[in-house]
Amino acid sequence: MKRFIGFITKEFYHIFRDRRSLFILFGMPIVQILLFGFAITNEINNVDIAILDHSKDATTKEIINKISASKYFSIKQLIEREDDIEAVFKKGKVKAVLNFEKDFSKNLVKDHKATVQIITDATDPNTANTISNYVSSILQKYQQEQNKAITINYIIVPQPRMVYNPELKSVYMFVPGVMTIILMLVSAMMTSISITREKELGTMEILLVSPIKPFQVIIGKVFPYIFLSIINAIVIVLLSIFIFKMPVQGSLFLLGLESVLFIISALALGILISTISATQQTAMMISLMGLMLPVILLSGFIFPISSMPLPLQIISNAIPAKWFIIILKGIMLKGVGLQFIWKETLILLGMTVFFIGLSVKKYKIRLE
Amino acid sequence: MGISVSNISKSYKDLKALQNISFEVKPNELFGLIGPDGAGKTTLFRILTTLLIANEGEATVAGLDVLKDFKEIRKYVGYMPGRFSLYQDLTVEENLNFFATIFGTSIEENYELIKDIYVQIEPFKDRRAGKLSGGMKQKLALSCALIHKPKVLFLDEPTTGVDPVSRKEFWEMLKRLQQKGITILVSTPYMDEAALCDRIALIQDGEILQIDTPENIVKQYPKTIYDVSANNMYQLINSLKAYQHKHSVYPFGEFVHYTDTRSDFNPKELKTYLEAQNLSNISIERTQATIEDSFMELAK
Repeated sequence: MKRFIGFITKEFYHIFRDRRSLFILFGMPIVQILLFGFAITNEINNVDIAILDHSKDATTKEIINKISASKYFSIKQLIEREDDIEAVFKKGKVKAVLNFEKDFSKNLVKDHKATVQIITDATDPNTANTISNYVSSILQKYQQEQNKAITINYIIVPQPRMVYNPELKSVYMFVPGVMTIILMLVSAMMTSISITREKELGTMEILLVSPIKPFQVIIGKVFPYIFLSIINAIVIVLLSIFIFKMPVQGSLFLLGLESVLFIISALALGILISTISATQQTAMMISLMGLMLPVILLSGFIFPISSMPLPLQIISNAIPAKWFIIILKGIMLKGVGLQFIWKETLILLGMTVFFIGLSVKKYKIRLE
Repeated sequence: MGISVSNISKSYKDLKALQNISFEVKPNELFGLIGPDGAGKTTLFRILTTLLIANEGEATVAGLDVLKDFKEIRKYVGYMPGRFSLYQDLTVEENLNFFATIFGTSIEENYELIKDIYVQIEPFKDRRAGKLSGGMKQKLALSCALIHKPKVLFLDEPTTGVDPVSRKEFWEMLKRLQQKGITILVSTPYMDEAALCDRIALIQDGEILQIDTPENIVKQYPKTIYDVSANNMYQLINSLKAYQHKHSVYPFGEFVHYTDTRSDFNPKELKTYLEAQNLSNISIERTQATIEDSFMELAK
């Protein structure tokens, strides 16, 4: 036990005396969560649009007022002729043009039908899609209000409702993802680097020719990072609660336990990486390429797994981060308990045990 | 309690690092492995310290088999690798403390053993190991290798890159450790250090050339050696190498060590030859063979 404490003390010295690793440990989580939370977002806010109103009657005016009153759009320009539509798009001033047909009000009364064309700049297809949806929903709302005034109303209007993230805030989506990335990176990359550093500097040679056992070295290496990763997880959760006002619906205790499980699986991966790489640089490259990319691309963090081609969907099952993100979303956004995520937890647990077993087996008790 | 090596061979892919090596180190002996870089010294050390497995042969350290009893051996040996292998970001004291702890002991417990060495670096105990000079690094590394009172000490080129004064001090320390009952196996590329060992093994290209005491090795040198000097060293060497009766020509400090193929060699004859080569201030004197001469002769 004394041996073990001595080893851990040494590890903490290494961590706190290396500014670079300290920055990665504590600077990166904060920077990433703020970056993802504020800068990278799917929401639309104050999108510039132009209006081409051929009828200029009471109804169109009312609709235009409604649109400009919403915080999503600001009307940048009123144009007069069809020919101008392409011109405003080319100038890149607006993202969308609303084209109201002639005699809009009259047609609505006469035929119960009037048309407004929503022309969007689809160079950015996601934004175009979102704009189109937002405009449609404003129009629909208006229509409903009008229908209420009229007594006979047989039109069935679908009423979409977004649950769990009713405001469609993308930060709610990113927090579980960023937390996963950071825990993965801190745990796997830092452990693999710290073990390969011993190899690179030759101290591993001395450690091997000593009575300290392989599992003591591994646990001694891993323990400080479990501790630091938990602190990181707490910082991330606090940031998301206090800066992004993200509610954590489920049990914080369960969240903590699941996080520890994921951290341990990432640490085991880190040890595994260190057994196959001889230098710190290799370890870092393998961690970044072999862990970060799959976590970002295949875990469902940014790209929905259901829309991936089948082979990638199958591969994504092998990524621990996928299961952890499902668990995190479940606990943080849906507020579910263990009874709903036991399957994912079990998969993660199985993976963790497998990685630990493999890394202990692969850990070399000699130099070759 | 010593070391026993029998018929050890080790290859890395195509390269034969060690070929059929056998020798014995008696308990409490200071045994030197003398050979140039790439001779296989480090490989042999790593096999004996259980870090590598030999392809063939057997070895025991302190009576324990390097293969079967590797866990036991790791408790009883002290190992100082050729490269400085301590934690550079830890201070002198933290390094020593760490190695004491992982061997299950403390600085106080074995302070007596390392005292002579450690007092010299103790004034710098709060300095990071990476910021020490070469000589001090060696002393710290030796202290760390000794802190658990090993029965057998393995020192792989401990004086490479260390200044002459520190080298001398270092060997004095080894002598004192030997008196405390520790068996020491030390390797060095410096021939002058060989004379300080009880017995030495000359090793080259993975093969042992000779094993004996330094005195015997020198005594067994088959030829008579002459120190030759002249006004132009470079021309002297070339002329000697071109001489038809030369056996060996090696520069040795300010002299050239020369041996002749003939048993009835007459220095005057050589002098006449050298004068004919436009050399002046020629002196040819008999001298004692050194370990280096023996090594060169054996390695021929």
